[in-house]
Amino acid sequence: MPLTVYVDGVPHPARPGQTVAALLLATGRTAWRSTRHGGRPRGLFCGIGVCHDCLVAVNGLPDVRACLREVCDGDRIETQDGATLPGPAGERA
Amino acid sequence: MTAPPRVVVVGAGPAGARAALAAARGGIRVVLVDGEPRVGGQYHRHPLAEPGSRRLHPLERSVVAQPRIEHLSRATVWALEAGPRPGSHLVHLQQGSADAAGRTQRTLVADALVLCTGAYDRVLPFPGWELPGVVTAGAARALAVGQRTAVGRRVVVSGTGPFLLPAAVSLLTAGSRVAGVYEAGKPSRWLRNLPAALRDGGPALLAELASYAGALARHRVPCRSRRAVVAAHGDGRVEAVTVARLDARWGVVPGSERVIAPVDALCVGYGFLPQLELPLAAGCLVRDGRVVVDARQATSAPGVYAAGEVTGVAGPVAAAAEGELAGLAAAADLSRACVPAREAAAAARVRAGRRFAAALEETYPIREGWRSRLTEDTLVCRCEEVTYGQLRDAVTDRGADAMRTIKLTCRVGLGACQGRICGRNAADLVAGLLGRPPADTLATDRRPLAHPVRLGDLASGPDGPPATC
Repeated sequence: MPLTVYVDGVPHPARPGQTVAALLLATGRTAWRSTRHGGRPRGLFCGIGVCHDCLVAVNGLPDVRACLREVCDGDRIETQDGATLPGPAGERA
Repeated sequence: MTAPPRVVVVGAGPAGARAALAAARGGIRVVLVDGEPRVGGQYHRHPLAEPGSRRLHPLERSVVAQPRIEHLSRATVWALEAGPRPGSHLVHLQQGSADAAGRTQRTLVADALVLCTGAYDRVLPFPGWELPGVVTAGAARALAVGQRTAVGRRVVVSGTGPFLLPAAVSLLTAGSRVAGVYEAGKPSRWLRNLPAALRDGGPALLAELASYAGALARHRVPCRSRRAVVAAHGDGRVEAVTVARLDARWGVVPGSERVIAPVDALCVGYGFLPQLELPLAAGCLVRDGRVVVDARQATSAPGVYAAGEVTGVAGPVAAAAEGELAGLAAAADLSRACVPAREAAAAARVRAGRRFAAALEETYPIREGWRSRLTEDTLVCRCEEVTYGQLRDAVTDRGADAMRTIKLTCRVGLGACQGRICGRNAADLVAGLLGRPPADTLATDRRPLAHPVRLGDLASGPDGPPATC
């Protein structure tokens, strides 16, 4: 059953088991974060959770590794600028 | 009454899965902890499930069918501590959706530990390597095989080692056009010891490599050795790369540079780096960046065994043999139920694997000429955006001569990845600047937290007392 996730507010179809990184690449993006110091764009690099380049905010919680995180129906994915603190709608257990 | 002994195996790739099966068959209870949703690791990566199909890999089927194995998927061991008995450990882990808040926390008591944490791609820095679209060869393959997603439409592959071939083939399978595979080394060095490669690598592995070479030839992918991508160019993402011919030291042959454009992705891999934080936390001796093990896969730390690429990179067949031997040894040491014939058979395969690993290293060495490609503003540390110029100044102008001092002086390795990507490269660059290795090359590999944990989770503590049964 296809899922729906929201990338910067825009709905996108997603597949169960799909990672956030694969979804973002499928939307045509190569970068979804900017660095803290230089504000330079970053996206996928190591693909297996080692390099922390692909950080993204999911449901208001920043610093989620897009290459490891599997999408859930209704997830709100937002690009991340520099060092970000959890938003008011931060994900809770 | 005391509970029967328990082995905790970390990592469910070929080594970890085999270790868990061998220990469980020896009558030991096993907890198999792994970050992925399914058994298999990076090598046996499962394709994203098609609706209605859920085919199991034989290794996964065996693990699922073994009642003495508890498989904790999507789980990460983030710390190890000494346990209540000699040789035992407390294993702190979190389970659930990656990097979510409130992941389930558990602490297990392990009577023995088998560490099969594997390895990740090494990438040598070059101008432009931080551009989006430049990824590791492992990332490209994981994305192609596991997610059926191509990292780009027109892709160049570069680096050294036989893994470049399956990475390139996985790109073809995902629908990319591969504009070229550039191997910095000289694979014909294999011919020097072909009989040894056949004997120790095994016919299956060589047949696999031959099938990759065949696939690349069918797609007319140019494959060149003694060449490498020496720079990536683009505005906000990779759009072109410069390929050059290399001399024996991997210096660029003047005038041989050629620009390939357009490209929208570049996959780079210069071998692999073992994932060392858990072995170091357990106090295991590490030499030349690898965990030292004896003839039964026991490390220098009592009750701790290691298997697979964390002890040296020799491919999945060798890793599986090491895993089996480690599982047998752990079970035998805990229950005194030794199976000498099986141990001996596994040990023979392990010895062949070690010889193959040595041949791999000899065939695909990293030559120091890569350092000459770095310019003043080439990033060494991607997280903290530390340039080569800043690293050099820390060493030559400010007198820093140990990795820890250098980290505190110029921030190399201080960022989110904790030196996993830059640590080894920075240590090599510093060695070149000093004319000798820095005092503490392993400093960046010592990480009290082996995986990131949310501060809220750390504060809330585990859900209950350590599980002893």
